[in-house]
Order: sequence, then structure tokens, then C-alpha cells
Amino acid sequence: MLEQASTRATTHLSTVGEFAVFAGKAARQAFLPPYEPRETLRQLYELGVRSAPLIAVSGLAVGVVLSMHTRASLERFGAESMIPAGLAMALVRETGPLTAGLLLSGRIGAGIGAELGAMRVTEQIDALEASAVDAFRYLVVTRVVACVIALPLLTTIMNFSGMLGGFIAERAATGMSLGLYFQRAFDVVNMSDYVPSTLKTMVFGFLIATVSSFLGFTTSSGTEGVGRASTRAVVLSSILIIVANVVLVRLIFFLYPEAAG
Amino acid sequence: MTSPHPAVRLDAVTKSFGGRRVLNRVTLEVPEGCGFVILGRSGTGKSVALRHIIGLVRPDTGSVFVHGTDITELEGTALAEVRKQVGFLFQSGALFDSISVGENVAFPMRRHTRLTDAEIRQRVQSKLDSVGLGSDYDKMPGDLSGGMRKRAGLARAMALDPRILLVDEPSAGLDPITSEEIDELLLGLKQNQKTTLVVVTHNIPSARKLGDQLVMLDQGQSVAQGTVEELERSDNELVRAFMSSSHAG
Repeated sequence: MLEQASTRATTHLSTVGEFAVFAGKAARQAFLPPYEPRETLRQLYELGVRSAPLIAVSGLAVGVVLSMHTRASLERFGAESMIPAGLAMALVRETGPLTAGLLLSGRIGAGIGAELGAMRVTEQIDALEASAVDAFRYLVVTRVVACVIALPLLTTIMNFSGMLGGFIAERAATGMSLGLYFQRAFDVVNMSDYVPSTLKTMVFGFLIATVSSFLGFTTSSGTEGVGRASTRAVVLSSILIIVANVVLVRLIFFLYPEAAG
Repeated sequence: MTSPHPAVRLDAVTKSFGGRRVLNRVTLEVPEGCGFVILGRSGTGKSVALRHIIGLVRPDTGSVFVHGTDITELEGTALAEVRKQVGFLFQSGALFDSISVGENVAFPMRRHTRLTDAEIRQRVQSKLDSVGLGSDYDKMPGDLSGGMRKRAGLARAMALDPRILLVDEPSAGLDPITSEEIDELLLGLKQNQKTTLVVVTHNIPSARKLGDQLVMLDQGQSVAQGTVEELERSDNELVRAFMSSSHAG
């Protein structure tokens, strides 16, 4: 029993070690030539541009719901005029980045895990290597770079559509004008709120791409393994994003004390 | 084009996976321009031996030479240069399923040559014509039958006109007629373009047709090596039994 537990622990530790090496290699190779601009752009389109509708629609819905909740709370104190500012602050600092990260870990994580897993079991990754192409650079590094670039941009879309959702809810409730809504919202939000919390999603992008690529790249056991890789990619990257977020928020408060205010 | 070195040499190659020894000090030599067939029952390490030749698998001990270059420890650009001289036809074809058949064949050309789009298109068309898929340039791999996928895989493996072609189970999953057609294509490459063939199979009619030299692996070891006739006269009962199964197949 003890021996079994010890063997499992060793296996898990060894997998963590392998992942660390994999992620380190991806981070290093992203800065070293030869680059794969064509494939990186293709991935940016597949992972970034094609995720935009999901993010925009989700942001809109989140904005409406947040606005309704905020209204219910602030009405008690007669502070309804603070709704745009409260919503903007919540979205830009935390809700936008985290929700975008989690949504994309689902869409992108599952996609990368399944695609690379299928490529592994159908020998397409071996075929790339046999064609004298560095499969790691071509498949993994391009996805990592694309995700790191796409996440902050998609988070910005999420923030914006969330604000728009909030406006729609406010307009329906009070008939507030667009100009007044955004004036009140942006009165309190400044660059030290937006920049650090949006840039932290680059870390989310890195985590989603490396975890999913690692699981896809190391898939075995045929189609069953592909399904497992896809599911694990979503679960693990979501957990890692949530945990990393705690560390990153603490780090942001340390580096930008004004962001904590 | 002739080289003083054999096209491929495996020197006492040993390989284990998860404690299971798949190859045990396997030594073999493939002369330039030869049709070399690796025979054996399923799970005897034939495909693993083939993958060593292109560096997809590294030996635990022993060395692998391609045209005299020791590729055992090669990495990066140096390994890529060797791989450009070697084509690999995978058992399932292993076509990239996100791009068309024509783009699959064009892929190595786009990566490793400075040809223009028009020149690539022309060469790809000629490769597809040669495997009987001339009208399938724009089809997606998912729309092809097993035999067509293998033909397309062969066209891609030959995209850079490699000096060596590695073929993993050319007849697997194919009907006898399609299997024979693939064999004819491979034979044509050997005879017309002097391509060295290294073929893994357990299909004896195919081995007879393609093999100038044969090696039989059993439990990770080379148990017999020679021509078809020599293997038929082998002292090893398993080898004789294997070769005689040809008459049925």
C-alpha cells in the first residue's frame, strides 16, 4: 500500500519535472531563431481571433449580471451613481482577466490538447520530425507565443464588452446615456488598474498553452488518450490559472501599491 | 551519388521501453541502392529499428549511421540535414489532416527549398501523378481511402527526392491488389531512381518482391540475414516457417 503510494508520488513528481523542463524549453525557444512567423500568425488567428466572439458575448452577459447585482447592493445605500465605476473597477482589475483566462482555458486548452494528442497518436508529430521540421518549435512554441499575445487582447475585449453589458443594464433600469455611463466608469479607472491586471493574462496564456501542449504532446493510448489529454488540459490549466492569479495579484500589489487602493 | 559507406548501418543497437527490451544488440547494414526488408512477427521491434534510422528513437546503447554519419547523438540542424536525405512512409500515411493532399506533399518543399509557388505546384502535381493521385491535389486527407492515404504519404516522403526511403508496413490494412500497387510504386523508385529502400513488413509476397536483402528479427534480435533463397534454407525453424508462409500469402 505504502509502496504503491510512493510509486504514484514518484510518477507525479516526475511528470511535474518533465512539465517544468517542457515549459522552460518553450519559454527559451520563443526568443531564439528560427521563428515560425507564418504558423504563429495562423495560431494567433485560430486561438485568438476565433475566440473573440465567445469572449465578447460572455463579457456582455457578465457585464449585465454584474450590473444587476451591483445595483441591488448599492441601491440600499443610495449610491446607484457609483454603479459604472464599481463595475469598471471590478471588471478591469479582476473579473475580466480571470473570466477570460478561465473561458479560454476551456476553449483553447481543450483544442490544443485534443489537436496535438490526435497528431501524436496518428504519427503526424513523427511525420513532422521525419520531414526535418522541429515539431516542438513548430507546434508548441507557436501556440505559446500566440496565446501569450492573444490573452491580453482578448481580456481587453472582455473588459470592453462587460462595460457595454453594464451600460445596457443601466440604460434599461435608469435610461442613463452612454456618455455619462463611460464618463462615470473611467473617472475612477486608471492605467495602473488596467495595465498590470491585463498583462498578468500573458502568464495565463503561457500556462494554458504549455499545459495543453504538454498533455497533447505526451499523449498515448490512442483515442482514449486524446480525450483524456483534452479534459486534463482544461482542468489543469484552469486550476493553475486560479492559483497563479493569487500569486500575481499579490505581486501586482507589491509592484504597484496604487493598484491596491 | 555512390558513397563508400553503406546507406544505413545499425551497430549493436539496444533499446528498451519501460524495462522491456525491444531491440537487443541488433546489427545490420543496408547497401546503397538496395531493397532491404526487415521481417518478423508483430512486436519484435521492426518499426522501432526503422525509427532509429531517422532519429525518431535513440538507442540506449549502440550506434546508427546514415551514409557514414553517426546520427546517434545528432540534434537540431545537423539531424535535420540527415533527415532531408531520408523519406519515411508511415504505416497510416500520417498525413497532416488540417491541410490538403497537395499541401501535404508541398510541405517539405516549402520548408526546405527556395522554389517558387508555381514550381512547387508543378513538382507536387508530378509527384501526385506518379502515385496515381493526380486529380486529388485539393482533397483533404479525411476524404481519402486507406490506399490513397498511403499513396499520398509516399508522394510526401518522396517530395525532396531522398536517397533513402523508409517504409513501415506498406501493406498493412490494404487489400491484396492495392498492396501490390504500392509494392510496384516502391519497386519503381528503387529501379528508376536508385532509391535505397528499407521496408518493414510481415507480408512475405511483398518482402520477396522488394527485398534484395532481408533480415528477420525475433524477440528483438536478428536471427537471420541474407537473400530470400538464403532465408528459405535457414537452419532456424522459425525463419523457414515464416518464409514458407509466403506461398499462402
